[in-house]
Amino acid sequence: MYKILKKRELNPTVTLMEVDAPFIAKKAQPGQFVILRVDEEGERIPLTVADYDRARGTVTIIFQIVGGTTERLNHLNEGDFIHDFVGPLGEPSHLDGLKKVAVVGGGVGCAIAYPVAKKLHELGAEVHSIVGFRNKDLVILEEEFRAVSDVYKMMTDDGSYGEKGLVTDALKALIEAGNAYDEVIAIGPVVMMKFVSLLTKQHNIKTMVSMNPIMIDGTGMCGCCRLTVAGKTKFACVDGPDFDGHEVDYDEILKRASTYRDFEKREREEACNLFKKEVK
Amino acid sequence: MPNMSPKKHEMPSQAPEVRNKNFYEVALGYTAETAIEEAQRCLNCKHKPCIGGCPVKIHIPEFIAKVAAGEFEEAYQIIQKTSSLPAVCGRVCPQETQCESKCVRGIKGEPVAIGRLERFVADWHNANSCDLPVKAEPNGHKVAVVGSGPAGLTCAGDLAKRGYDVTVFEALHLAGGVLVYGIPEFRLPKLIVEKEIDNLKALGVKVETNMVIGKVLSIDELMGEYGFEAVFVGSGAGLPRFMNIPGENLKSVYSANEFLTRVNLMKAYKDNSRTPVLHVKKVAVVGGGNVAMDAARCAKRLGAEEVYIVYRRSEHELPARAEEVEHAKEEGIVFKFLTNPTAILEGENGMVRGMTCVEMELGEPDASGRRRPVEKAGSEFTLECDCVIMAIGTSPNPLIKNTTKGLETQKWGGIIADEHGLTSREGVYAGGDAVTGAATVILAMGAGKTAAEAIDEYIKNKN
Repeated sequence: MYKILKKRELNPTVTLMEVDAPFIAKKAQPGQFVILRVDEEGERIPLTVADYDRARGTVTIIFQIVGGTTERLNHLNEGDFIHDFVGPLGEPSHLDGLKKVAVVGGGVGCAIAYPVAKKLHELGAEVHSIVGFRNKDLVILEEEFRAVSDVYKMMTDDGSYGEKGLVTDALKALIEAGNAYDEVIAIGPVVMMKFVSLLTKQHNIKTMVSMNPIMIDGTGMCGCCRLTVAGKTKFACVDGPDFDGHEVDYDEILKRASTYRDFEKREREEACNLFKKEVK
Repeated sequence: MPNMSPKKHEMPSQAPEVRNKNFYEVALGYTAETAIEEAQRCLNCKHKPCIGGCPVKIHIPEFIAKVAAGEFEEAYQIIQKTSSLPAVCGRVCPQETQCESKCVRGIKGEPVAIGRLERFVADWHNANSCDLPVKAEPNGHKVAVVGSGPAGLTCAGDLAKRGYDVTVFEALHLAGGVLVYGIPEFRLPKLIVEKEIDNLKALGVKVETNMVIGKVLSIDELMGEYGFEAVFVGSGAGLPRFMNIPGENLKSVYSANEFLTRVNLMKAYKDNSRTPVLHVKKVAVVGGGNVAMDAARCAKRLGAEEVYIVYRRSEHELPARAEEVEHAKEEGIVFKFLTNPTAILEGENGMVRGMTCVEMELGEPDASGRRRPVEKAGSEFTLECDCVIMAIGTSPNPLIKNTTKGLETQKWGGIIADEHGLTSREGVYAGGDAVTGAATVILAMGAGKTAAEAIDEYIKNKN
């Protein structure tokens, strides 16, 4: 059992939790993830490590309420316990040696992009962060991002905050303004990562993307998280979650991600009924 | 005077057309009367050939004599001296190729039903005895076991009985390894596994779940700052293989591991489970081992109308236990022998609509001694199905290998260990599928047992 030490609502559908998990905190690195089960009957879901504090023995997760499990997780409060919490899983992001990097975060993907930007900043790299949200109400981690970024671009779909447009618009402008990036790191919706990769391919800039497919065990045992990279089958849990953005088959990922959509919708509704909440 | 009936007593079972719609156990177990009568078939031979066929060397004629005398608890005590998981072995061991294959009664007629008797005794104990096993006097030495499958649990149990302070580290949220994520409820009820693990805990074995060794802690850390004097690696062969044919990443293509994990560990067969599994109509399971049989029989129970086993060799070469094949056939699973898939076809929404296959014929024997299947020219056809489950084997997980310096492995990933389980690293032992590649529960238990003896020797000599 793993105690929730802190809970903070970042926006109406995104929550941050700091969890007491000293063994994981000791080893976790940016890019890695944990798998959790909310309760005895729960399913296993992967969540990326958003932050860690080795001294205090805590791991921070940030999640968007999308299905029954995240709804139930969000119902827990400070002092409550998460039944199972295992990690750190996956390969850490390879950030050493990078001098100038564009970090692109979309929506709740910013929760994963932030520790990457922070680590790059600590390693002395020049960090240009481009973050995108649907609207102003959904913005998360703005202060945190600003503190570790040399350039910070905020984009919203409706223009209610920052500039109106997509993250690819901002990235394109920065590249065309003469910024020579060693690497672009894009983390967000699959479609966003696909279009960032298409853009950077034109400019021949190495691009890493972070995959978050459906998983069960997270140790390479089930093969549920498989995807095609450069024509070969890879497991996101052990070979990733970071992959070369120019080699990933995004359309296949989008299809596989929809496998249990009906079930997930039903689960969410059930969880909402349980807590007497309106389904958004 | 022994019972000279040439046949074993039948195992009472659920009728096929009933059981293929539920997840309750197929075999119902002997009654006390049947067990006594069956036990009386044992000749109690002087040279005890059956024991030679048992990887954990259970004193078979002795326990059977106790059953014949109606002394069931005494029979249990004899079995548990050498076996840590009797209720499991009585159900899933391939007795027909082990103890029972050596039975003298099998020369003219059927051997004594050793497996069924073992199961009866273990179940009788679990139902009737409240006595917890007695903890051994602690000897003050710590041993770590990586993985809580049959190899790890056996090694842990044997070491605990010798007084060691044993901690088992399990990556999943539940202990049992393949016994809980792989073998389905209808062959091995999970309550039985839980009970066996509780028995080990009563012996003093500690079980730490949610610990992925190689990630959260390394073997070096276990042996360094955590003070374990030896480590046994029983991490299994959990990595599923795929065929690398087109369409394998379509939505309704599962590895057998994924399908079975969803159904067994995550209980997707229950209506209230929060882990989903696709409910499909026509399922093709590729492979011919016990795992393929398990996957096919689960698919049938989940409501599939047609379930095929697609196997590239003939019935004669099927690696699955004869009993499992028989059960599968009774339940309506259709076998497509000498058939090899070449592509999986995409239908609507990224789902499977069929599988292109070719017919095979058997040629000359290959390295494994089995006749090699070769493609029949012009035999291509489409097997209509909406789900494919790949059950063509697994490889060892590279996590431990990649994070343990100086641990030598085979090219295919198996950890190299000598006949005592010792690896290339001092104090590090390994056994089970992590060493041999995918094999059976009882062979893994045998390896765990051998390694426990070697670890005991090693620690005694060192101190």
